[in-house]
Amino acid sequence: MIHLDISKALFGSEGTMSLHVKLGIKEYDFIALSGQSGSGKTTILRILAGLESAKGTISVANKIWLNEKIALPPQKRGIGFVFQDYALFENMSVEQNLLYAAKDKGLATHLLELTDLKALKNRLPSTLSGGQKQRVSLCRALMNRPKLLLMDEPLSALDPKMRLKLQHDILSLHKEFGTTTIMVSHDPSEIYRLANRVLVLDHGKIIQDGTPKEVLLHQQGSQKFSFQGEILDIIKADVIHIAIIAIAQQIVEVILDEAESKLYKIGDSVCVSTKAFAPTLS
Amino acid sequence: MMALDMEPFILSFKLASLTTFILFLIALPIAWWLSQTKCRCKPFIEAIASLPIVLPPSVLGFYLLYTLSYNSPLGAFFEETFGIKLVFNFTGLVIASCFYSFPFMLQPLQGGFESLNKNMLEASYIAGKSTLQTLLHVSLPNIKPALLTSLVVTFAHTVGEFGVVLMIGGSIPGETKVASVAIYEFVEVMDYEMAHIYSGIMLLLSFIVLLSVYLFNSHHKKRIGISS
Repeated sequence: MIHLDISKALFGSEGTMSLHVKLGIKEYDFIALSGQSGSGKTTILRILAGLESAKGTISVANKIWLNEKIALPPQKRGIGFVFQDYALFENMSVEQNLLYAAKDKGLATHLLELTDLKALKNRLPSTLSGGQKQRVSLCRALMNRPKLLLMDEPLSALDPKMRLKLQHDILSLHKEFGTTTIMVSHDPSEIYRLANRVLVLDHGKIIQDGTPKEVLLHQQGSQKFSFQGEILDIIKADVIHIAIIAIAQQIVEVILDEAESKLYKIGDSVCVSTKAFAPTLS
Repeated sequence: MMALDMEPFILSFKLASLTTFILFLIALPIAWWLSQTKCRCKPFIEAIASLPIVLPPSVLGFYLLYTLSYNSPLGAFFEETFGIKLVFNFTGLVIASCFYSFPFMLQPLQGGFESLNKNMLEASYIAGKSTLQTLLHVSLPNIKPALLTSLVVTFAHTVGEFGVVLMIGGSIPGETKVASVAIYEFVEVMDYEMAHIYSGIMLLLSFIVLLSVYLFNSHHKKRIGISS
């Protein structure tokens, strides 16, 4: 069980902001941390890792990591951390990157096998693709058999196919190693697939806390389909207007009448929904 | 043509090797600290450390002579306590060279450390490694070009020093008469032939040293996949 009650003043692009988070996390949970950039997600991870100072208390499995007197250094926390930019040791081969974290050749081999990296174990990081680097980074983070695994947007720089493969890897490693995992992510499908609890952060405060289904399904009323999107353009065609809307990786057209076209403008965030018809799949 | 006296060259290289070694040990922790600190005193320390670059060597030489000579408290202390004279001998040259070449060791190292990915260092701390372990196993191996530059430039700069050496060391054969001072003396007595030979050797050696550095760095960049 992790208890977290921290506060810190942050100086972001929008001026000073106060980060204040009070939170209890159960063992073996997979938490997704979501929210706009600058809302304090990465800072929470860094405070948990001991890389940044903060006021308040952190206790993990009844051991104090932070209070008024104690601030346990990152070396003593025994956590795993996966950075967004991988942060591999460029001077070491894939295998050496793992062995530097812990001299456990058996575990290193096991992890490299699990993530299909065994053939690359003697390669230097600069010769690997983004997906391969992130898998090395994930393996390295697990070498100390951490109880707590922190991941800062680990998959944001990868293409959708590679993401899917790594999501699978992350989930199986999370289960095998019995870690409590906290991952910063913006991708709803990723959060839904991996996490059992989602925290949404805004300006340093938690504004939503629930299961992925509760937090991610934006339904109001009886709609069957409901998507969040952004209006890219509104085109007038004869007597109607066509709104071009971006939803995730797709672009769709929605027909508006004269009155509706005046309600919306380019850049608006909208909810596209339909009801009362039976969708067919093909 | 008389036999070439190699002693000034040997002395120059001995001085440069010793200075480079001592400065590496001194500058390494300072460069690391400067690269990591958020202390407000950083600009002051950087300014002081860079002074030898802009000061005329005669100014540096004068202050060092003033501080180290037997007439100063420091010079008197060393001579009376340890029986070591600090000026007009090889020891004095090494001390003076360490001041003179300090920024040439410090700045490339500091620049190298500052360019390191901070997350990489943090990953090492999270893996349970101390600052010293991180410095030796992660930081230094990842700034090889900067490391080589600082070592070679310090060495070359010390071989090439003249003003400070002349003021602190004079020109005692086999003790303080390094190559640059020897050339000055040949010119002074209008022995241009020897001046040419000595200068030519210095030119060639300096070129070879610098060429090796640039060759290594361009090879290293290719190896780790950075396009220059």
